[in-house]
Amino acid sequence: MDNLLWIFISALLVNNFVLTYFLGLCPFLGVSNSLETSARLGLATTFVMLVTAVCAWLLNTYVLVHAPYLRLICFIVVIASTVQFIEMLIKKLSPALFRAMGIFLPLITTNCAILGLAIFATNRGYGFWQGIVYALGAGIGFTLALVLLAGLREESELSDIPQLIKGTAMNLIIAGILSMAFMGFAGLFSTT
Amino acid sequence: MNVAKETNSPSSLRLVLTLAIAGLVSGVAIIGIYESTLPTITANKARELREAVFKVLPGVSQMQALVYRDGELVVVDAPDKNEPVVYGGYDERAEFVGYAMPARGPGFQDTIAILYGYKPGEKIVVGMEVLESRETPGLGDKIYKDAEFVAGFSALSVEPEIFAVKKGTKSQPNEIDAITGATISSKAVVRIINEAHAAWSAQLPAPGSEPQLEAEEPVGTEADQ
Amino acid sequence: MKKNQTHEEFIKGLWRDNPVFVQVLGMCPMLAVTNSAINAVAMGTATFFVLVGSSFLVSTFRHLIPKQVRISCFIIIIATFVTIADYTLLALVPKVHKELGAFIPLIVANCLILGRQEAFASRYPTKLAVMDAMGMASGFLLALLSLGAVREILGDGALFGVNLFGENFEPWVIMILPPGGFLTLGVILLFFNWFKFKKDEFLEDVAAAERSRG
Repeated sequence: MDNLLWIFISALLVNNFVLTYFLGLCPFLGVSNSLETSARLGLATTFVMLVTAVCAWLLNTYVLVHAPYLRLICFIVVIASTVQFIEMLIKKLSPALFRAMGIFLPLITTNCAILGLAIFATNRGYGFWQGIVYALGAGIGFTLALVLLAGLREESELSDIPQLIKGTAMNLIIAGILSMAFMGFAGLFSTT
Repeated sequence: MNVAKETNSPSSLRLVLTLAIAGLVSGVAIIGIYESTLPTITANKARELREAVFKVLPGVSQMQALVYRDGELVVVDAPDKNEPVVYGGYDERAEFVGYAMPARGPGFQDTIAILYGYKPGEKIVVGMEVLESRETPGLGDKIYKDAEFVAGFSALSVEPEIFAVKKGTKSQPNEIDAITGATISSKAVVRIINEAHAAWSAQLPAPGSEPQLEAEEPVGTEADQ
Repeated sequence: MKKNQTHEEFIKGLWRDNPVFVQVLGMCPMLAVTNSAINAVAMGTATFFVLVGSSFLVSTFRHLIPKQVRISCFIIIIATFVTIADYTLLALVPKVHKELGAFIPLIVANCLILGRQEAFASRYPTKLAVMDAMGMASGFLLALLSLGAVREILGDGALFGVNLFGENFEPWVIMILPPGGFLTLGVILLFFNWFKFKKDEFLEDVAAAERSRG
């Protein structure tokens, strides 16, 4: 079984969920115009990922052994419920934060990164701690990618960009360059 | 344009009923497709496994799954999902040839999964097959595309352990030429085999006393989707 | 007329409202599976099946699904079709299934499908809804195919596994790696922008000419 540090670093940098696996692109391209919102969304997503990883492990170990075909539906239900729960929690604890986050909270439900996390962890047979470490790495990696792009976008607001390239086209090309940069992390932690 | 009209808010019962019926129909459909594709899927998996095992253990025509339970290697029809398993390879006369051992570990980009053939009597690796890899195309993926590298595993001693050396400098039976430009991936494969061997060597029976081939059973893991 | 209308519903998904290039939906699974043309076609076909099947059911039963639970119902229906597609692909083409990996179940999170149910299938008769779904899915398939073809030709020197350029071609490997996905789509969107820009310019010129004449 892969050791924990490798799992964490791999999910965070070497095989970043956004820049290598293309997961979580909807918020990545849609939300990253503000550094602050990106950081908050990333944190919320990380929390949902942690809860999902634990629930997925529980489901896989005790329930889905008997009915593997129900996996997809169960995961979706878990994710939707977790997001609902967090929404209520934030609303209660900090109404200001809730208003600031607005529509982005329910959008976490359709974030393929979370469902992807659950499916990958299942396919690789991760246990309890591996799942948690994987979720942490993936969530922080997701936040990192989001924050990086947000920072770059905020900077580019002040520059003179040709009308033609503005918008999603530019964001994608920036993302491509970021992805190339992250490729440099490959080989990290090779013991040879 | 027809919009679903609700003259008054539907009762909770109606809501629950709708969801329940949807869930039920969905469940039936899913179970149906699962059951009808199960035989094909199981057969596919078994065949893939067979092909890989026969590839890494030349001369083998039959196999069975072996797991380590209660201090010894026993034959199983279907190993538990997360239980470490090796495959015993036997020739037409049901004589033991060697083990096909699955192993995995971090490579350059991501995890590499391999199957390697091992003969305990001579303590040599006799074959290696990469099952999963996400190594860099054109460089790291040579671990399965470079015929020379793969052939280097056909008589590789594991004593004291395997070393990957610079291409062209192989001089010992436990050394293998690494791939130029893919040193890390090559060394990763070697390291994966060394680690798997270290983990299993204490659990393998003494050479000559391997489990006998039991009656022909289809070998494969539980269809676990 | 009904006939023209259904025809139109289909066509609009191919170009004018193309889900990938215009609406920029359904990106997540898209970039990951377009590193080769065959993978792109497989994913496009699976999505086609799920989208058309879901739209058919949602549209047929739209009067029976209460508004309050509609999203949950949509998701149940979509997830069922995705599971069916998953097992069918695993049984029929295990090699392709292995390449696509976890991205088949992820079709469920494809905002395109859920979006179509909410925006169209739940409000329009079955025939129109199916036409719309087929159009959108075809547009999606075409987009995937173009992306996959470009990446495979540049990054591997092949198309559908058939080697195009012979031995001496030095493949642009980055194209079949993740950055290639981002960059290719970015450049294609750039072309779409340019095309739209030119068209708007042309229409404006025409309008200006009309005004100066009138």
